[in-house]
Amino acid sequence: MADGGEVKLLGFWGSPYALRVIWALKLKQVPYDYLEEDLPNNKSSLLLQYNPVHKKVPVLVHHGKPIAESLVILEYIDETWKQSPLLPQDPSERARARFWAKFADEKCMPAMKAVFCSEGEEQQKAVLEARETLKTLESGLEGKLFFGGETINFADVATGYIGFWARIVEEITGTSLIDAESMPSLDAWSKRFLELPIIKECMPPWDKLIELNSGFLKMYLASLK
Amino acid sequence: MDGVKLHGFWLSPFSHRVVWALKLKGIPFDYIEEDLPNKSALLLQYNPVHKKIPVLVHGSRPVCESMVIIEYLEETWPQCPLLPTDPHERAVVRFWVKFIEEKSPNVWIVYRSVGEEQEKAMRESVEMLSNLEEHGPNKGKKFFGGDGINIMDIAFGGVACWIGAIEEVSGRQIFDAAKFPRLNAWKANFKSSPVIAENLPDREKLREHLARLREKRLSSSTHK
Repeated sequence: MADGGEVKLLGFWGSPYALRVIWALKLKQVPYDYLEEDLPNNKSSLLLQYNPVHKKVPVLVHHGKPIAESLVILEYIDETWKQSPLLPQDPSERARARFWAKFADEKCMPAMKAVFCSEGEEQQKAVLEARETLKTLESGLEGKLFFGGETINFADVATGYIGFWARIVEEITGTSLIDAESMPSLDAWSKRFLELPIIKECMPPWDKLIELNSGFLKMYLASLK
Repeated sequence: MDGVKLHGFWLSPFSHRVVWALKLKGIPFDYIEEDLPNKSALLLQYNPVHKKIPVLVHGSRPVCESMVIIEYLEETWPQCPLLPTDPHERAVVRFWVKFIEEKSPNVWIVYRSVGEEQEKAMRESVEMLSNLEEHGPNKGKKFFGGDGINIMDIAFGGVACWIGAIEEVSGRQIFDAAKFPRLNAWKANFKSSPVIAENLPDREKLREHLARLREKRLSSSTHK
């Protein structure tokens, strides 16, 4: 049953964390107002007020009350709008979904960032480590179409960004992270997930994502000198 | 109902969080002490991804990651709730649990490092405490959960009850009671709360063990 009351989302078009909140809202057909933050240097006073601890997007505001941290927001969305449930019913399956969401955020993403921010031998080492984490993420699929089985669930929505983020890093750095030969299941899942209509229509333009992240990399490398 | 087993380690705050949750909810369980670093075959089977404790096994199903385990306990045994019922309040609590999970490793970096690495970890640890002191929920109440302990109390308890020993062993003061009066009061309430008080590692044994591990680590590693 859809709850009335205004929903706002403070986001940034290039943020995968904001994107997964958008995916959840769209999957449940929850209407919301989207406020684009001018990151990184021009954070709105609203963002600073709503997320004083981290000062980051995404922030969901419902009935005037803010919620920060995208995985926390996903849980809130699932509890508040019961249609098209993201988390499975069974507690053991719910724990599994939460486990993989955590794994992607805590292991896969930092490993890919390490590839992104390194060069030469250090980068080669980082690539091996990142591929390890991705191979482990693949094991969570257990050979199924999605983490949710035949259809997507919380874990797919939470981890789906890993698929396109890996491609961004691959393109900008010229490395290979998810390859069809050694990670056939993960490779197929990431493509399958991004082809889902609701997911596909929310994706920012590829060339803009490449441009944005190339820009970040330049800034980062310049800051080291 | 299927039996519950917990694979844990006496020294581990993550292990203790799960013990506290089980005891607060009155869930009977068998505790299996893992002889770390000598991990049992069962542990490796139940947690192939991280190969770490704690692992809860309910019937034959393993659940890993301390805060994921506690959410599982909450959903399976609803008595003595550890989360509020209101979705927004639940989101606030989960926000803080994530915050604590993300920032508290710095306290352990203070413990096991020296020099610039330790200084950075000190700054991050103190900032974590400042944020909790200033922004943490339920000001003026006994616990973050209000009158009763909730998962945020449990999450932070896994930090606060180990900081004293870490400070002694590393010689660094992270938790200045004068700077963090609210957290200090919380700590006294939490540590003296019956279930918690009965389920903490022996302070002297903890200090000795941490001191030994630290010395071993620092003498074998190279420093820049």
